[in-house]
This record gives sequence, structure tokens and C-alpha cells, in this order.
Amino acid sequence: MGWEFTSDKPIHVQLVNEISNRIIKGEYAPGMKLPSVRDFAAQASVNPNTMQRALSALESGGLIFSERTTGRFVTNNLKLIRKAKEALAKANVENFFSSMAELGYSNDDAISMANELKR
Amino acid sequence: MEQNPVVFEAKGLSKSFGSKAALKNINLTLYRGKIIGLLGPNGSGKTTLIKLTAGLIQPDAGEIRINGKPIGTESKLSVAYLPDKSYLNDWMKVRELVEMFSEFYSNFSAERAHKLIADLGINEEMRLKALSKGNQEKIQLILVMSRKADLYLLDEPIGGVDPAAREYIINTIIGNYDENAVVVISTHLISDIENILDEAIFLKNGEISIFDNCDRIREQSGKSLDGVFREVFRCSAN
Repeated sequence: MGWEFTSDKPIHVQLVNEISNRIIKGEYAPGMKLPSVRDFAAQASVNPNTMQRALSALESGGLIFSERTTGRFVTNNLKLIRKAKEALAKANVENFFSSMAELGYSNDDAISMANELKR
Repeated sequence: MEQNPVVFEAKGLSKSFGSKAALKNINLTLYRGKIIGLLGPNGSGKTTLIKLTAGLIQPDAGEIRINGKPIGTESKLSVAYLPDKSYLNDWMKVRELVEMFSEFYSNFSAERAHKLIADLGINEEMRLKALSKGNQEKIQLILVMSRKADLYLLDEPIGGVDPAAREYIINTIIGNYDENAVVVISTHLISDIENILDEAIFLKNGEISIFDNCDRIREQSGKSLDGVFREVFRCSAN
């Protein structure tokens, strides 16, 4: 199956998010070799140039690295992965507060509602 | 986007069928390494442009050059063309089709074709007509994509098949085209294909109404390519 994309953001941005998420969740384990650009593009059903762009962005962010002859790998830097995870978690919480604010809830009200509902 | 060498160039290209102008003064340059969508409703001129490029019909005015050379024997070797309707003899066995392509095209990789057919689990001793419509389309695509060409012309490759076959076809295109080539995919099923395109050409009544990078089209319009398509062609229902 190709990956799911929305039409509101450029595909390369969504690819960066999706691949980061898979690294954060451990689906792509630290040190794991990633598919070639073309195979990766075919998996996601996207243009290889778009995939290339996303992988370059992930590389400059440090989550993946490439070795000239052998290909691309997920970083072994667990601290970096943890940081990415925290950043994603923070973004989720901020989204929560802002969508609650749209409904007219203060942050405190939102927190107490979250406390009531927590399992 | 202008740094790569030119593969395809059309200048002042026009073609009419009787009193109907199918293409009007088309000027278009395509560079290596791109997957390009040729998008437009039925009757917009997509197939005419593709047939002119494949050398099956002649223009009334203007010309097309492939790698700087006019359409002819040489250009036909560098163009891999998938027609919108089957042109293969359907009584032939799959194995015989592969052999025919091997003899016909010096840039055809029988090895790749055999591998792709085996991956599909299709028995090469089957006759083409005994296969499902979806599998017939896949075989035709495999034969075309097993050539090492400079320009792939795919006319409605995902037209008559189910969504699973569409996905197979799209992934086979991505997995097999030559990286230095241009791939032109004509279709009106844009949502299925828009994520694999670098650039899009919108043909409207035989003229190019948009030709741009897909990300730029999306950024400028704030819409998907499919959304832009619906907008451009809303009033032209015929």
C-alpha cells in the first residue's frame, strides 16, 4: 500500500513527518538500513525526486545518515531520537490545547477534563 | 529545473482532424529526470500529442525533436510507448511477446521482463487473451518499462483497471524507469497519480493551459492537483 497523504501540505514535508514518526516509534530501528530512494519511493507511491528531497532534509536534521557506498541508515544517536520524540509529544499537547481553546476551554479546564478521562 | 539536458522539444506543433483542431501551436520542452503528468479531459489532445511523439501520425505544422533529432527511426528507439489501446496480438503467449520485444528493441531487457512477470506469478506459457484485463495491462506495461529509453510515453496506463492494479502499475513505473529519462503519463485520474509527478501539463482544447512544477502548483493554488484540475476544467464540460 502507498502511504496516505493530505492535500494541504507539500508531499516532501509529509514524507519527512512520516519517516520521522516511524523512527520515533522504533518501526525503523536505530542503525537500520533504509531502502534505496527508488524502492522507498515505490513503497510510498511517491516521486523519487520528492523522496530524495525528504531524505536529504532528514539527513540534515541528523535522524538519518548516509554512507557513500552502502546507502542510508537510521541514526544510532538515541539521544537525538529521544529529542525528536519529545518535540513531537510537545507539538501534540500544544495541538490539544489549541483545539480545546477553539471550543472555548481554558488550559486549566482542558487539563481537568483530560484528568477525568484518563485511563 | 532547466539544468538537465532537453529530451523532448515541440515547436509550433499543430494537428487537426477534419475541421477539428486537436492541437494548436504547442511549444513544450521537457528535461531529463522528470515524471510528467499530461492531464486533461477526454478530447483535450493528450493522445494526439503522444501519437505525434511516437511518430504514428504527422503534424500539420511545427515539429517535435527527441534528443535534438526529428521523429524517425532513431527517435523510435529512444521512445518507449504504451498506447491507450492494446496493440499486441492477444493470441500470442507471454513468452513469445517477450521474445518479440527482444528482437525488436536493442534496448529491451528480457531479463527484467521475465523477473517482473515472475513477480506477478503469471505463467509465460499463457496466451495474452487468457489473462484478466488487469494482467493484460500489467504485461503491456512491463514490456514497455523493460526498455531502457530516453522518453517513456504512457497513454492512460491506469485507465481501465482496479485500484490494486493501479498501485501495481504506478509502483512498476517508479521502480523501473531510467533515471535519466523523461516519463510522460497521460491520464484524467489525477488523484491516483499526482504524488508521483514532478511536473504537470494541463491540456485544454488543444492548448497548454498550465505547465509547471507540481509542488509549485499546489503551493500557489493551496489545492491538490486534482482540485486545480477540477477548477480549470469546470466550465468546459462538453
